Amino acid sequence: MVRPIAFLAGLGFVFVLLFSLVTGAVAYISEPPAKTAEHEFHLHPKEVSFASDGPLGKFDRQQLQRGFQVYKEVCSACHSLHQVAFRDLKDLGFTDAEVKAIAKNWATEVPSINPETGEPATRKGTPADKIPAPYANEVAARAANNNALPPDLSLMAKARHDGGAYIYSLLTGYQDQPAELLKHFPDAKTPASLHYNPYFANLNLAMPPPLAADGQVTYADGTKSTVDQMAKDVSAFLIWTAEPKLEKRHATGIAVLGFLLIATILAYLSYRNIWAGIKH
Amino acid sequence: MSFPWANHYAPKHPLMKWIDDRLPLPRLVYNAVGAGYPVPRNLNYFWNFGVLSGAALAIQIVTGIVLAMHYAANGLVAFDSVEHIMRDVNSGWMLRYAHANGASFFFIVVYLHIFRGLFYGSYKAPREMVWLLGLVIFLLMMATAFMGYVLPWGQMSFWGAKVITGLFGAIPVVGTPIQTWLLGGFAPDNAALNRFFSLHYLLPFVIAGVIILHIWALHIPGSSNPTGIDVKGPQDTVPFHPYYTAKDGFGLGVFLILYCAVLFFAPNAMGHPDNYIAANPLSTPAHIVPEWYFWPFYAILRAFTVDFILPAKLWGVIAMFGSIILLFFLPWLDKSPVRSGNYRPAFKKFFWLLVIDVLILGYCGGSPAEEPYVMISQLAAAYYFAHFLIILPIVSRMERPLPLPNSITEAVLEKHGNAAA
Repeated sequence: MVRPIAFLAGLGFVFVLLFSLVTGAVAYISEPPAKTAEHEFHLHPKEVSFASDGPLGKFDRQQLQRGFQVYKEVCSACHSLHQVAFRDLKDLGFTDAEVKAIAKNWATEVPSINPETGEPATRKGTPADKIPAPYANEVAARAANNNALPPDLSLMAKARHDGGAYIYSLLTGYQDQPAELLKHFPDAKTPASLHYNPYFANLNLAMPPPLAADGQVTYADGTKSTVDQMAKDVSAFLIWTAEPKLEKRHATGIAVLGFLLIATILAYLSYRNIWAGIKH
Repeated sequence: MSFPWANHYAPKHPLMKWIDDRLPLPRLVYNAVGAGYPVPRNLNYFWNFGVLSGAALAIQIVTGIVLAMHYAANGLVAFDSVEHIMRDVNSGWMLRYAHANGASFFFIVVYLHIFRGLFYGSYKAPREMVWLLGLVIFLLMMATAFMGYVLPWGQMSFWGAKVITGLFGAIPVVGTPIQTWLLGGFAPDNAALNRFFSLHYLLPFVIAGVIILHIWALHIPGSSNPTGIDVKGPQDTVPFHPYYTAKDGFGLGVFLILYCAVLFFAPNAMGHPDNYIAANPLSTPAHIVPEWYFWPFYAILRAFTVDFILPAKLWGVIAMFGSIILLFFLPWLDKSPVRSGNYRPAFKKFFWLLVIDVLILGYCGGSPAEEPYVMISQLAAAYYFAHFLIILPIVSRMERPLPLPNSITEAVLEKHGNAAA
């Protein structure tokens, strides 16, 4: 009884699937889906390497400090970094005193209340605070940015495919819209309030080029601050903010794999030993 | 247990004897996974995956319990509480990556375990109950994994929950009320997150319970083997301990090496970047995809694109659930008396076709719902149903199997090409 019913059910599923297939194929041939500008002109991130790449990768602390400086002087005007606390910056090689000073002198103060009246107030940051956001809330952020919302950057390097390279490509990828694109897709002309960037999913980005000129940031360590250098440094910094435990993970992984390798070899030898003389 | 020559438990230490006389737990363990369980001597490495599945469940339960100590199941803070685990909890990053990748590796070993069963006919008499209980475990795993993926409350968590619970909305008449009842609201929100957390904590223990039944049912006829023929005598078996405990120990080592390589060096390779964006009900991701282990089923769901008597969405839901439900009937669909695919030339070809077919379905399920992926998944889904419901019953009737060896020992000795036992 099972088999005749199964046979009919099978025929039913196969028929409906093939019917869907034929219908879809006919529709595809008679009305091929229109190509879109995004489909034709979107680019994958550029090839770029970071010190943290690969199974033995470690952060370049000098570079992270430079990247932090770019974030502080450029990005932080609009983008929050709310998963990161000032105390975390010690990982970049800053001393306790330096971290304390960074927290205290941060451009935005930490929301608080007046201890006398209970009225909303702000106070200076401390190492225990998360880095304060530039805007009080989403409405304020949108109001200041032509209704676009600058996303939080804490996890950006993990929230996009090939995140570090993506951030670097986006920052260095602004360009004029190709004539080819306008010729084929006149409707896809970048609106006046947006900026063309082929590394952005829909090609048009509300953020104006944040790194516009060489020397925009004066690096404390004397590195020449070309746009390319700044983009790379801030990308490296954001890889760190997204995965601050990366070095610990790599180091632990090497030790764990070393242990497991030895244990597995021993397990194999004992397996061979126990089975010796038993054909199987 | 099942064979008269099985070793009998004889406690050596007086304490063990004292315990065994009052609560025969040592005896139970001895008979279940100790020297008291005779196992065919010719099992290959594909028989490691049952134990590895159990190990994966244990890893998930241990890491999960500790994660639950730090996680907060509340829509407002769930996402940040996961980041708190990643940044501020001691070794929290390791726990979370172990748990997230543990789910993937659990499915990898379970899929290999299932396909092992498919190839060697492990679902056939007298092991039907083992197969059926295994499928129950598989369904429970899928529910648990799905609800676990919702807990970080990222974009894919939220939209995945919305799509999957939306499947119930395809049921005629009562669909929408059921969906609302399941979610505790009209869209995934705090109520859904809380109940998913509660059930995600509960179901692994239900799985553990069904695993006990699975092993119990296995021990009645004893383990199958690559020849598929029955055990004839003591010369065909070895005691589970130390022979298979040693072999499983080695298998476990290899498993842990691969698992830890991913855990420590590519922990996000099997996840989706969008889940590092906090859930936002107002912003739909460009492509909503579930975790990779659901891709073949997701492809079947999306393969139905035309309303034919029933709405296309309802067809998709019926087919997706049907693709698993039909496996429950497999012991009665494939009536070939020969178990092992090694002795079934026609079955063997179709089996490998099925493996390729499921891989193709998986690839299409992870791709955007555009051509050519939709057409490919329609063909592949058609083969999937045809394989189990049409081809297997016919093949099992028509096929002329190769001659079977007389005994497991004979097959083993033939492989080694000499007569010395």
